[in-house]
Amino acid sequence: MREVAIIGIGATPFAPVTPDLSWKELTFSAAVRAYEDAGIDPRKDVQSFITCAEDFWEGFAIFDEFTPDQLGAAKRPMITVAGDGLLGLANAYMQIKTGLFDLVVVEAHSKISELLTYEDVLLFAFDPIYEAPLGGHPHYLAGLEMREYLAWTGTTEEECAAVVAKNKRNALKNPLAPFGAAISVEDVLCSRYLFDPLKELEIAPLVDGAIVFVLAEGGLAHRLSEKPVLIEGLGWWSESPWIGSRLPDGAYARHAAEMAYAQAGIKDPLREIDFVEVDDRFAYKELQHLEALGLARPGEAGQLLLEGAFGPEGELPVNVSGGSLGMGDAVEAGGLARALEIVLQLRGEAGPRQLEGVEVGLAQSWRGLPHGSGAVAIFRRE
Amino acid sequence: MRMREVAVIGAGMTLFASRMMETGKELAWEAARQALDEAGLSLQDIDAVIMGTAPDAFDGIHKKGENLLDGAGGANKPYMRVYTGGGTAVMTPIAGWWHIASGMFDTVLVVNEEKMSSARPHAQSVFAHIWDPILDRPLRPNLVWIFAMEMQRYMHKYNVRKEDIALVSVKNKRNAVDHPCAQLADPKITVEDVLNSEPMALPVRRLDISPPSDGASALVLASLDVAREICPDRIVTIDGVGWCIDTTMWTNRDLAFPKFLARAADQAYKMAGIKDPKREIHIAEPYDPFNYKELQHMEGLLLCEPGEAAILTREGVTQRDGRLPVCPSGGLLGVGNPIAATLGIKAGEIYWQLARKAGRRQVKNDPVTGVCQAWGDLMQFSSVIVMRRR
Repeated sequence: MREVAIIGIGATPFAPVTPDLSWKELTFSAAVRAYEDAGIDPRKDVQSFITCAEDFWEGFAIFDEFTPDQLGAAKRPMITVAGDGLLGLANAYMQIKTGLFDLVVVEAHSKISELLTYEDVLLFAFDPIYEAPLGGHPHYLAGLEMREYLAWTGTTEEECAAVVAKNKRNALKNPLAPFGAAISVEDVLCSRYLFDPLKELEIAPLVDGAIVFVLAEGGLAHRLSEKPVLIEGLGWWSESPWIGSRLPDGAYARHAAEMAYAQAGIKDPLREIDFVEVDDRFAYKELQHLEALGLARPGEAGQLLLEGAFGPEGELPVNVSGGSLGMGDAVEAGGLARALEIVLQLRGEAGPRQLEGVEVGLAQSWRGLPHGSGAVAIFRRE
Repeated sequence: MRMREVAVIGAGMTLFASRMMETGKELAWEAARQALDEAGLSLQDIDAVIMGTAPDAFDGIHKKGENLLDGAGGANKPYMRVYTGGGTAVMTPIAGWWHIASGMFDTVLVVNEEKMSSARPHAQSVFAHIWDPILDRPLRPNLVWIFAMEMQRYMHKYNVRKEDIALVSVKNKRNAVDHPCAQLADPKITVEDVLNSEPMALPVRRLDISPPSDGASALVLASLDVAREICPDRIVTIDGVGWCIDTTMWTNRDLAFPKFLARAADQAYKMAGIKDPKREIHIAEPYDPFNYKELQHMEGLLLCEPGEAAILTREGVTQRDGRLPVCPSGGLLGVGNPIAATLGIKAGEIYWQLARKAGRRQVKNDPVTGVCQAWGDLMQFSSVIVMRRR
């Protein structure tokens, strides 16, 4: 079987506004870094390109038109995946696995600061007949799900608040993350209820940013890179799009993980995975996702967190990057942001937040409100 | 290395028309159901689902792929939406190909849906938002003007007559009479009708253009091993795939010859081991949203020399009983143009023709190798599939 490895990464810092750069310039600057990192020339070496984007985030009717130039992809095979960065990674992985290509580039970005009507656009993602007409700020749905999750698992508001304190503290050591802060659980609990029981500090703020990954077939990866990071497993899964037909158990993450674990040959994830980056755009989602990934039993993630199991020094460091609460919600680039940290850690390039002796890491993404779709990727250091 | 082989084992397609009483989910379900029935499979036999649908702005639904997923059979499965504007029609089966050829899955359901009738006042209004906001949008461009420029350039550079271009509309709308899903079939249409139809943006007239439409199409793909068990009587494989995007800056492109398509075709032919497409391709379904595009795309697909497609059309070579049947389905001009859903008249038609399941549309030259193509974005993208009967 052909192996697939990541041999180049490039990212811009994440920031709430980027008035000095267009979305093309953001992507270009991430791409230049990734190509430099991989030591490749996009016009000669790359055989296929993938962008992850959604029309309405971008403000275009057919955003795919605007994808090639800033990546060096003009007159090359290139597609858009209407989805999260990890889905782009999955397509690149499959393209290489077929044997058709050896070198593929994946890009995801956010220029969400240009979107003046975020809530209205998000409401357009709700079913137009049964759900959207209810109106309201669409984050109400996260409040509802959080309430259900707390009731279902016995998790407390304090445990959810502890996610924020941990991730913002982790972010202090990440130069890409704009929301680092040394705050206490108390501080989070005292922030305003916005969508009861969801509090202001428990919602990841939106950010701009771009991330580019270069993937290569195993043999080529070893020739081009001293530190290739292997993709060991990939899974993705969609539950019903109907809000009312889903449980608060993050089943999409569970099924995506089962697919990825099977492919990576992982039987006991807690023992075999050294650290993870999971979607935490709403603080409770980190706990819900950890349980869905089989890394804690339902209802136990919160307690384990309070005991320090998920801190940088704990048994299973979670969101050492700062997660979305520390780095921001970069919409479709969120999954690649999670994967970026895994690659940096496995290469030993995470600077002051470097974990000791990590070999296997997992990145997980969620498509966001109001949907139940997500992906999981497992990476291994050579 | 030897690639894992992938076969098409079923196809389905809804009526193309303005279908205001049905949701996109319902259209997707109808096409998916037909394709599964033809393959003799049920949804539980499907490992993964791929969705193709063009601008979200038609329906006003953000993340439209997520909204459509249960209609397409994607609930509780690995589900993915790939998107290349009009090129989506042939791109999703290519994504289906790599889902299987990679060894990740054995059976994949590909569903393409489009519902243009929801857009007000007309689907064209959505295309006001496909332009560069700084360089193009202030000019308030309209797609039909752009195609008028391209058509003019094509006619000028290769000395093509409007009468020969009109023949494409006549051929396709007559072919569409035999298609049960057709929206604009016309058994009596003449070249004069096309040449005298209402001017849109000259030289483009109403009958040079395919109609906006609603509809859905679906394909079931399987690994060759699985296909041999399910339908040993009709093995049609995907032997070549290619796709290519050109720069966004359309003003910098050669508007007469689609180089990006030639590159995509070249990739697909190489993979399929085709050295001389002019001889080795027996049937073609190039993308024909405008009549001149069929000619231009035949040339881009390297099925003839630049400027030669009009001559072949005039000589009848591209008729259903000709040496190289082109758009025997009736194409977008005859069957309709629900953007991504034209999968059924491109990849779907080639599969049906090679499997000898095209009924009254069956071509006379008993083709073994066929090619289909879609084209999209800002006149800059093409996807190409070569299929063979084994």
